[in-house]
Order: sequence, then C-alpha cells, then structure tokens
Amino acid sequence: MNPTETKTLRASEIDASCRVPLLALFGGAALWLVVGLLLALAAIMTFHKPDMFADCAWLTYGRVQPAANDALLYGFCIPAALGVMLWIFARLSLSELALPLVPIVAANLWHLGVLIGVVAILTGDSTGFAWLEFPRGSSVLLFAAFLLIAISAVATFGARRNRELYPSHWFLLAALLWFPWIYSTANLFLLAHHPVRGVAQLAVDSWFANNLVFVWLALVGVGTAFYFLPKIAGRPLQSHYLALFAFWTLILFGTWMGINHSAPLPAWMPALSSTAAALTFVPLLAIVIIACRTVWGSVAGHWRNSPFCFIGSGMDLFLISSLMLIAAACPQISRVTEFTWFGPAQAQLQILGFFAMTMFGAIHELLPRVMGFALPFPKFVRIQFWLCLIGILLWAGSLAVGGVGQGMKLENANTAFAESTAATLMFLRAGTTGLLFILLGSLLFAANIFAMTLKWKIALLKSLIAAVQAPLETTSASALPPRDLGEVKS
Amino acid sequence: MKNGFSVFLAAFIALGLSWCGFVLAPVKQLGTAKQAAVLNSSDTYPLQRPGDATLGLQVYRANGCAACHTEQVRQTGIACNVMLTDFGAKTSNVIQAVNYILETSALATRTGDTWSLEHSGGELKVPATISHGITKEDADNAADKITAAGGKAEIHIVATGADIARGWGVRRSVAEDYLYDYPVQPGGLRAGPDLSNIGVRDPDLNWQLVHLYAPPAVVKNSAMPPFRFLFEVRKINAGAAPSPDALQFPKDFALPAGCEVVPTAEAKQLAAYLLSLRADVPLYEAPFTSVMK
Repeated sequence: MNPTETKTLRASEIDASCRVPLLALFGGAALWLVVGLLLALAAIMTFHKPDMFADCAWLTYGRVQPAANDALLYGFCIPAALGVMLWIFARLSLSELALPLVPIVAANLWHLGVLIGVVAILTGDSTGFAWLEFPRGSSVLLFAAFLLIAISAVATFGARRNRELYPSHWFLLAALLWFPWIYSTANLFLLAHHPVRGVAQLAVDSWFANNLVFVWLALVGVGTAFYFLPKIAGRPLQSHYLALFAFWTLILFGTWMGINHSAPLPAWMPALSSTAAALTFVPLLAIVIIACRTVWGSVAGHWRNSPFCFIGSGMDLFLISSLMLIAAACPQISRVTEFTWFGPAQAQLQILGFFAMTMFGAIHELLPRVMGFALPFPKFVRIQFWLCLIGILLWAGSLAVGGVGQGMKLENANTAFAESTAATLMFLRAGTTGLLFILLGSLLFAANIFAMTLKWKIALLKSLIAAVQAPLETTSASALPPRDLGEVKS
Repeated sequence: MKNGFSVFLAAFIALGLSWCGFVLAPVKQLGTAKQAAVLNSSDTYPLQRPGDATLGLQVYRANGCAACHTEQVRQTGIACNVMLTDFGAKTSNVIQAVNYILETSALATRTGDTWSLEHSGGELKVPATISHGITKEDADNAADKITAAGGKAEIHIVATGADIARGWGVRRSVAEDYLYDYPVQPGGLRAGPDLSNIGVRDPDLNWQLVHLYAPPAVVKNSAMPPFRFLFEVRKINAGAAPSPDALQFPKDFALPAGCEVVPTAEAKQLAAYLLSLRADVPLYEAPFTSVMK
C-alpha cells in the first residue's frame, strides 16, 4: 500500500495522461447527442404535422428517424463508452494511458465515420438494415477507429501493476472483443460484395442489433457502474463471485435474444430466442442484487451526489428496459407488443435511459479529475439529472403505454387500422415533451463539456505563449508534452 | 477469472456459440434457398420482381419506408372449412348426415354462410359451407360422414389471426417471400399498415401514386407523410395535351389551377415495387386452400 500522498500524485498523473483522448471522444459524443436528439425531434414532428417535410427528401421520417437512432448510438453512446473505458483501464492498471496518440487519432476517425454515415442516411444512402444503416465507407472508418482504441485500451490493461482482475475488467474487456466481432460479421455478411440471401439477412441483422444494443451496452454500462458505485458508496462490490456469475450468464444467454416470435425464420430460432430471453432474467437479477447490496445504506448519504444519482438511476432504468425486452420476447406478450411503439420505447430506454444516464454520471465524476479543475457549471449537473430522468420516463413511458394500446387495437381485427394509429398519436405528442426535456438536459451536458474544452485550450494557449515569451535558457519548456503544461496551470 | 486471457476465452466462447447458432446456422440453412413449389400447382415461387420493382425496392430503402411499415403477416394457426361439393346418388342421406354433423357437435360454428338447416329441404346448392373454422380432426370426421353417406366433401384450409382477418394476407409471411430482395426489410413497427400484399389489396397504379403524393386525398385522416419530393408539379401549357403520366386525383382534391402532377422515375419505381408485393400463393410451410371468388 502506497502512502496516501504518492498515491494521489499517481492518480492525477494517470488522469492527466487521458486528458486529450477523452476530450476528443467526449466532445464529439456531446455534439452527436445534441444532433441525434434534434434529429429525433424532427422525426417525431411528422406525427404532429404529417406534411411538414413533404418537399424535403432529407428530412422525411424514414430517413431522419434511423439517422437519429444511429447518431445517438454510434455518435454518443459508443465514443462516450470508449472514453470512460480508457480511463477505467488506466485507473485500474495504476498506470498512465498507453499510446495516448492512438485514441486521439481514432476518436477523430470515429466521429468522421459517424458524420459520413449520418449524412449518407439523410441523402438516401442508408443500407436499410436496422441499427446498421451506415454505408460501407463509414463502417470501415468506425471499425478501424474502434480497433485503434481497443489497442490502446489493451496496452494499458497489459501494463497494469496489480495483476489481479477487477469485475469491471471482465465486462469491459469482453466489450472490446464484442464490437469488432459483431460489427465485422454484420458488415461482411450484409454489406460486402456477396451479401447473404433472403431472410438470412434478417437473422444476421437481428443477431447484430441485439448484441450491440442490448449486450454491448449492458456490458459497458454494468462494467462502468461496478467501478463507480463501490467508489462513490465507499463499500466494496458485493460480491466478486456474484459478479462473475452475472458476467457469465449475461454473455451466455443475452447473446441469443433478439429474434421476434413471428419472424419469417425457421421456428427453432424464435423458440431459442424466447428461451434465452427468459434465462436472461438470471443475470439481470444478479446485477440488480449486486448493485443494491453495494449501495445499500449509503443512498441516503449520497443522494445529493449527482454522479451517484445518474449511475444509480441508470441501473434502475437498465432493470426496466431489460424487463421490457424479456417481456416482449414472451410469445403471449409479443402478440400484443410486436410491431408497436413498445419496441422503440424499449430501445430508447436502453440508449437514452440506462446507457446515457450511466455515462453522464461517469463523465461528470471523471472529467474534473482528468482536467484537473472543477466543472465550469456545477449547478447544471443537478438540473440535467432531473431533466434527463423526467424526460426519459415521459418519452419512453408514453411510447410504451401508447404501444400497448396500439397493440391491443391491432390484435382485434374488428377495430379499423386507422384507430390503432390514431390512439398512439396522443402518446407520441405527449412523449415529445419528454424528448424536449432530454434535449435541454443534453444541452447542459454539452455546455459543460465544451466550456471545459475551451478553458483547457485557453490555458494551453496561455502556457504556450508564456513558454515562447520566456527567456532563451528556458525554451526547452515548450518541448514538454501538453499535459504537463496543463498541470503547471492547475 | 485471474487473467486477461481467461476473460477473452470466456467472451470468445459465449459470443462464438451464439455466432454459430444465429449467424452461421441460418446462413447455411437459408443462404442457399431456392424457389419453392406452389402447392397444388406446377408453379414455383417467388418470381424475380420486374426491373422497375427491383429499382423501386431501392427507393423504398432510401426513404426508410420500413420505419413505419412491416412486410410481415402474422398467423396464429390454421382452421378448416368443410364444403359439400356434391350430393351424390342419395340426396336425403347426405342431408341427414349434414344435419347430424350440425346438431351433434361443436363442429359447426354457424356463421352467415353456414348451411342453414331450415332451407336444406328446399333449394339445394353446392358447393355449400357446412362447417366453418374447425380443427383438422373435426373436419376430417365431418368429411368422412358425408363421404359415407355417398356425398362428396372438400376440406379448405384457412389461416387465422388478426392480420389475416384484416385482409393483410392469406397466410403468414415465410422465408420465400423475401428470397430475391436485397436488402430484406421486414420492418418492426406498424405506424402504417402492413404491405406484404399491398399489390393484391390496391392494384391500381394511379391510386398508389396519388397516395404517395397526398395520402389524405385517398385515405381519410392518414398519418403518412406525403412524398411530394418524388413528384413534379408542372404548369400545363395552353393548348398542350396533359402528360399521359399525370395523376388522376379524386374530385374533391384541390390542385392548383392549370397544373398537373407528374411522377418522377423514382415514384413510378416505388409504385411498381408496391404493386409487386403479393405474397398470395400457398406453400408447403404455410398452406391454405386458394378459393376462386
């Protein structure tokens, strides 16, 4: 055990080594979050006024809606997750981030890939596969960028001082393997020169979408929560064995979900998928038990701690969204919920609820440490928490309730189809308020991130000028890497 | 798990298993699928879509139609109808058998077109539906009784479920329906109606185009966004004949005076694709008896 003083020194050095890569990842993520929510808002406007974008091909619902989903998933969730992962790996390794230049380049590649993808969808170049709408050119960039960041993460992991693994390690390492595998599979089988024929495309796409939107986000989100919750609550994770059990069962069962009960596929596939969904209740229960036992008794003491609230409510929303997913996979329930707004509600809850909340908490907790100064607008964090929480409950809640109503009307052949659509309009319009709340919250989040970046850049510029203007014998200071210059300031 | 390699191995095994199950297996099982035989016919299904319709699939993809429309009919099961097709030599015997069937059992759910007992003595018309919506076993029993009495009976298989009852299809969607499509877009949300059989339901090209240009003109309170960017509004020059492609609108639709709406090539292709959506033949996996109307 190191003396406290040297330990804090090390921690700040580790944090400083992540500074530029994390800013590059989080800055783009915050921007895509705002852009994605604006696109989602443009999409939902179609249900307020159908002919709003009738003359504008770019903004027609079928293009804006997938663009919004992808901007949120690929633009916000994944880069934010990668930034948090890099930091957790560095902290758990007790060593500085390895190859810090690589993730900086990769972050820019990634965001360029997302930009190309989103513009391609809006101009009508979407691939037509759910959650894989980005065309080939953009996929190549995303894939390369992910690999580069994974290399840096694995190198940091390899340089760890303490050889023993922490539960977060399992989840995050698995996530590093997961994405390249599923993304390359989906691209090679669906978008390569000889894509698979017929409904095999549907099977591959469903497998990919489930492994990305459910399993990958769960791995990273839960891994992150297992790192931060014990830290903030000041208690060790309860317990490693249960976490191991949750990890194994999650990756064993969760990966088989995602095929609809009535999909036009051989009957063994939906049957297997429903069974897996029922079994996924086991890891879900284990994760909830771990989280509850870890924070038990400390909630009262920490409920004013915003990162704790973010991550805690993120775990609650994970429970709800996973339960919705499991329920929708049950044939009796899926008869009503399938093809309704219930499905989008679950996806929104997973992305904007569980995952975004967890990432907000983690970023608010780690960014001041990484930058070496406090958030520029600390009060925004609390407001953002309530805006996002109320927003997602309103948004996903009204979609889900509207979806069940729609499903019941669809299920009854004597009700005209138009009635099922009309019944959902009210809920979609109510949900728009929720979406606005989330948008406001994300603007506050972006304000904090951008103000922080700006502050850091100004400090960097000032120290550069100071170095240039300094007397000749000290010009060697300008050769120092930027992180040290930042530290002089802080 | 003590080291990075064991975590890697665990993840590799778990993901590898599901990859084999849900990627490799379906690709092996379905990736080489060929046309299937249509039941009770020498035809094969599906046929390649016509050129325009194949291009139209790409317009459908580019504009994300699948965001609101499914191409996937669900079915809860099958039911049988028993039809009396011939009285044979002894009409009275058959009538007796039919009455017996109707009286003794829950075999007959009496709906409008069921055989009516009261008029069985009067005008005898065949074919007539004896029992409606019963199980295969019961239908076999009923058919056996009629055959034993010297008559002739047919059993018609019909698909059941809300989607079928809405007229969205005659059977559930199966793998063959998507055989030649790339990308396959079955959709996941019914903000709009299912389109698996839109080519059967609304085979009128002009109707499809008008609906794309201004949905409320043909469907009251339609929530569909209009796709005006797929059309061109042109001034009709004085003395010139209107374009042969110009849309024919319903009477109460107000179009700017002296103008006509002409579909672009994309709009025509999209409409051709919609008209090519017909999943209406019986297959081994999804049987039903086609009835000529």
